[in-house]
Amino acid sequence: MYLMMTDCSVQVIFWRAVASIAWAVLLLPPITAVFVIISRFSLLHPIQAVSECLSFLTSASAIFSFILLCGVIIMVGFLNLEYYTVIPTIACSKIALLGQLLHPRQFVNSLGHCIMGIIVAWCCAITVGGRYETIADPCAQGDGSPQMCLNEYHLILLLAGAFVGFSHSLLGVIYNMNYVSFHTVQQYKYLRFKGSLSLVLKCSATQALYSVRNYIVVYFFLGKWSLSVHPLDSIAGLLDLSLLYHLWISASFLLFTWHLTLLLFRVFVTEVYSFPVQSSFTEDAHQCLPTVLTDKQPMILKFLALLDLALLSQHSPSRRSEVFSLSQPGGHPHNWNAISKECLSLLADLTQRLIAYHDTVATNGRAKSLSTGSERKTSSESSVPFILSVSPLTAPFTPDLDSPFASPALRRLTAPMDQCSPWFGTVQSPHIMRRVPKLWSTSTGEKSQALFADSQAHIWALEGLSYLVQSSFSEDQFGVVQTALPSILSCMLGLQEAVDRHFKLPHASSKPVRSASSMGDSTHKTLRFALRATLKTSIYRITTTFGNHLNAVKMSAEHRKRLQQFLEYKE
Amino acid sequence: MCSLALFPPPLPSGQTTLCESNNELLRCAVLLEQMSCSYIYQLMSFYINSPLSCAVVVPKWLSVSSGCTLALLRWFSSFHGSLFPHLTVTIHLIIRCFDMLAEFSQVLNWSDCVVRAFAWHPHTDKFAVALLDDSIKIYNPKSATTPTLKHRLQRSVAAVQWKPLCATALAVACQNCLLVWHVDPCSLSTRPSSGCAQVLSHPGHSPITSIAWSPSGSLLVSASPMDTAMMVWDVASESGVPLQRVGGGGVTFLSWSPDGSHVLASTPSALFRVWETRMWTCERWPCVKGRCQSGCWSPDGSRLLFTVQGETVIYALTFTDTPGSQAAAVVADLSETTFNTPDGDIIVGGEIQSLAWDPTGERLAVLLKGDPQAADRPAIIAVFKTRTNPIFELLPCGFVQGEPGTEPRLMQFHPNFQHGALLTVCWSSGRITHMPFYFLSAGVPHFGLSGSPSLPRPQERPADFAKQSLFTELMS
Repeated sequence: MYLMMTDCSVQVIFWRAVASIAWAVLLLPPITAVFVIISRFSLLHPIQAVSECLSFLTSASAIFSFILLCGVIIMVGFLNLEYYTVIPTIACSKIALLGQLLHPRQFVNSLGHCIMGIIVAWCCAITVGGRYETIADPCAQGDGSPQMCLNEYHLILLLAGAFVGFSHSLLGVIYNMNYVSFHTVQQYKYLRFKGSLSLVLKCSATQALYSVRNYIVVYFFLGKWSLSVHPLDSIAGLLDLSLLYHLWISASFLLFTWHLTLLLFRVFVTEVYSFPVQSSFTEDAHQCLPTVLTDKQPMILKFLALLDLALLSQHSPSRRSEVFSLSQPGGHPHNWNAISKECLSLLADLTQRLIAYHDTVATNGRAKSLSTGSERKTSSESSVPFILSVSPLTAPFTPDLDSPFASPALRRLTAPMDQCSPWFGTVQSPHIMRRVPKLWSTSTGEKSQALFADSQAHIWALEGLSYLVQSSFSEDQFGVVQTALPSILSCMLGLQEAVDRHFKLPHASSKPVRSASSMGDSTHKTLRFALRATLKTSIYRITTTFGNHLNAVKMSAEHRKRLQQFLEYKE
Repeated sequence: MCSLALFPPPLPSGQTTLCESNNELLRCAVLLEQMSCSYIYQLMSFYINSPLSCAVVVPKWLSVSSGCTLALLRWFSSFHGSLFPHLTVTIHLIIRCFDMLAEFSQVLNWSDCVVRAFAWHPHTDKFAVALLDDSIKIYNPKSATTPTLKHRLQRSVAAVQWKPLCATALAVACQNCLLVWHVDPCSLSTRPSSGCAQVLSHPGHSPITSIAWSPSGSLLVSASPMDTAMMVWDVASESGVPLQRVGGGGVTFLSWSPDGSHVLASTPSALFRVWETRMWTCERWPCVKGRCQSGCWSPDGSRLLFTVQGETVIYALTFTDTPGSQAAAVVADLSETTFNTPDGDIIVGGEIQSLAWDPTGERLAVLLKGDPQAADRPAIIAVFKTRTNPIFELLPCGFVQGEPGTEPRLMQFHPNFQHGALLTVCWSSGRITHMPFYFLSAGVPHFGLSGSPSLPRPQERPADFAKQSLFTELMS
C-alpha cells in the first residue's frame, strides 16, 4: 500500500519503518551472541563452555539459523508497519474484544506470529544444542533393532515458540500493542531508545515467564505423543529445571527481539517531521503543512502534521511568521485560514461527539427513572410471564444502544424492545441482572476512553491554536488572527462546557489502573484527562495574553460568563 | 563588579526594613508587633488592592516538638542496632532523608524552620505555605476560607509550586512522592479531601528536593539527590519520563527559565547541567570548587545567575543562539565585609543560600547564610539593582533586616506586582512579611511568568488603558 503511493511525505513513513527494521537486524548479532552465551554457559566448565560457544558461532548451522532470524525480524517489522495504528481500537465490552480477537485480519496476524515463533524456536533449539538439537532420536525397540523415535525435547521447544508467538499476538490485541503513541517530551531517537531499553528487557523476561507457565499447563494436559522416547507430559518430566530454564530463555529471546523491533518502529515512526509551511512551487503544495493537515489519510501523517504545528507554534518564530503571512498576489492569509479551519473543525467534531453521547446517556437515564416510578403498576399486570419468557433470549443480543457508534437504523429497530427493557428490570431476579452487564454491556470508563481515543490530535490542535494566538499578540503584523479570535474562543469554550459535562458522568473521571510492565501503551487511557488539562491551559493562555481586551470580542452571554471565570482565575 | 563594601551599612538593632521608595530602603524604628496591624493592611492593600494577611505565626511548640523528635531519633540511632536491629535501617534512612532535604533545600536551616516552603500563585494574589507539621495552608485575600491541605503521603515538604496557566493545581515535593493538589478557588471547604490530590511516584525517585513547572504549564520536572534521573511529568496523564545522565550523582535543584527554553539542574557534585527543553539535551557545566547551590534566570531567559557552595561570588552565564564555548563571569563579590554600627561591628557576607530575581528583572535578592553560632555574623538578605544596558551589572541597593533575634529563611518575589517588585520573606520566627520595592520599570518588553509577553505596564493611568479596545470596526 505504501509502495504504490508516490507521495513523498507518505514515503517518509515507509522509509522510517525500513530504517527501524534495518537497525533491528543490525542489533540482532550482539543479542544472539549474548543468547548463545547465556544458554550454553555452565558454571562447572566455564572455559570449555566459552570455547564451545565460539566454535558454534562460526559453524554453518549457526549462520543458517541467524539468516532465518533476520528473515523473521524483517517479517515482524513489516507486520508492525501493516498493523500499527495511531488511534487505538478500544473494545467497549468483552464481546467486542472477542470480536476483535476473532477478526480474520487478526487471525492472519496470529498465524504469522505462530509460524515465526516456530522458526525462532527452531533456531533456539539449534543454538542450545545437546538434547534439543534434532527432532528424531535413534532409539532401541523391544527387539533390539535401531529405529528413529520422536525427540520430545525438540518438539516441546518448537511448540513453545508457537505458543509464545500466538499469545504475543493475542496480548497485542488486548493491550493495544499496535497502538503507536506520541510522547509529550521530545527526545532524540537514540536517547528515547536507550531510555526504553531496560523496560523492554524487563517486559520480555516477565512476559516470557508467564507464557512459559501457561504453556507448561497446556502441555501437561494436551501433550500426549505416542512416538516419544522420553514422555514429558508427567509432572516429573515437566519439572526438569534445565528444561524450564531453556524454555524461559528461548521465550525471552524471542520476545525481546520482537519487542525491540516494535520499540525501534515506534521510535522511528513518531519522530518529529518538519513540514514546510508554504512552498514557492505549486507542485510541492501537497507536501505543505496546511494541505497535509486537511488530508484524511493516512492518519499518521495528519498526526505528524499536528505535532509539527504544535511545536512550531511554540518554538519557532520564523515559521510562525510564515503562518501569519499573506499570499503574495491577493494578500490572503491562506496558511492561517487553512490551519485554523482544520483545528477548529477537529475541536467542533469532538464537541459534537461529546454532546451526542451525553444526550444518549441522558435519555437513557430518563427511561430508567421512569421505570422506578411505574414499578408498582407493572408488577401486577398480566403480561409479565410473556416478558419473562422473552427477556433471557433478547437481552444478550440487544445491541449496545448506549454506544455512540450504534447506527440510527439499529436504534430504530430495537426501539420497541428498549421501551420494554425497564419492565423486565422489575421482574427479573437481580441475579441475572447483575451477570448480564458484566459480559454484554459496557462500562462508562471504557466508553469515555473510546470517545477520546483520537484526542492526541485535539490536544495538538488546542496547543497549536493557543500558542499561535498568544504569539499573534506581538507577531501578527496584519491582524490575520484577530478575525478568527471570536470563533476560536467560542469553539474552545463550547468544548470546555461539553468536557465539563462529560466529566460529571459517573466513572468518567475515575482513573484507570496503570499496567506497569507491559509493552502495550496505556497512554490512550488517560487521554481524556490530558485533553481536559490542555483545554484549560489553552484558554488561560489566551486570556492571560489578551486580558481585558477580550471584553471587546463578540460572543454569546453564556460564553462571556465562562470567559469571565477564566479572567478571574476561578476555573 | 559590585561588592558588599559599596552597600549602606546594616540597620542598628531594633529597626526593620519596610520598603524601597525613591531609590532608598526605608526603615521603621518600631517593632512590627507594636506597629498597628491596620497600618500594614493599609500599606499593603493600597498596592495590592486587597488586604493581605500580614503575618502567619506558627505556634512555638511545633518547632520545639519537631526539634525534640529529631534529637530523639538521632539518639536512638546511636545504639547502632544493638537494641532494635530491624529498626536501625529505617531510622538511618529517615535521618539521611532529613539531612539530605536540609542540605539541598533552598530554605536556610530547613529542618527547624517553621515555614518549609512558600509559593505565590503566578497570576493571582494567593499563596501557599508549607509548615513544619507537613500541612499546607492557602491564603487568598479574596476568600474568607483558608484551606489546609493534609495528606498521608505529605511528609517533609521541600518545595511547593503553583501550576502556571491554571487556577487550581499546586505541586508539592514530598519525601516519597510528588503530590499535585487541585484546590478549587471557589470552594468553601477548609479541608480538601486527599482525593483532590494526584500522587506521582517513580521507583527510586525520592526524596524529592526540588520541582519546577514549565512556564507553559504543560510539564513538571522533579529532582531527587538519590536519583540520577530527572523526571519530566505529564501531570494530567500521570506519566513520567526519566531523563538520565551519567555523572553528578543525583539532581538537587531545578529552575525553569521564565521563557521556557532552559532548565537549570544542579547535582550534589561540582557539576550542573543546563537542559534545553525542546529536544531535552543538556550542556554540562563543571564547577571548580563545589556544587551549584542556587540559581535564577533573567525574565527573558537569556541570563543565568548562580552561586557555588564554598564560594562567595555570584556568577553569570549568558545564553545566546550562537553556540560556542564560554565561561561564567563573576558579577558580584559577597566576601565578608565588616560594618561599624552603633551596636558594634557586624560582619556581613560569606556563603550564599539562595537567589531570587524579580519578574521585571530589576532587583536581585541574595540570602546570605551567615553564621548561626556567632552573633556578629547574622544571616541577611542583600538586595541588588540589576542593569542590562550597556553592560550587565549589579548595583547595591541595601540590606533587608527583620526584627531583632530573627533571621530570614526563605524569600520569593511576587510574580506580578504592578508597582515594582514585592519581596516576600519568611523569618525564623514563623512570620511572613511582604516588602515592596517601588520603582518604575525601564519598560523594556519582558516575559511574564506565563512565558507570554505580558501587557505593557500601566504606568500613569491604568483606567484609561483598560478602556482601550483591541477591536475596532473590524468586527462590524
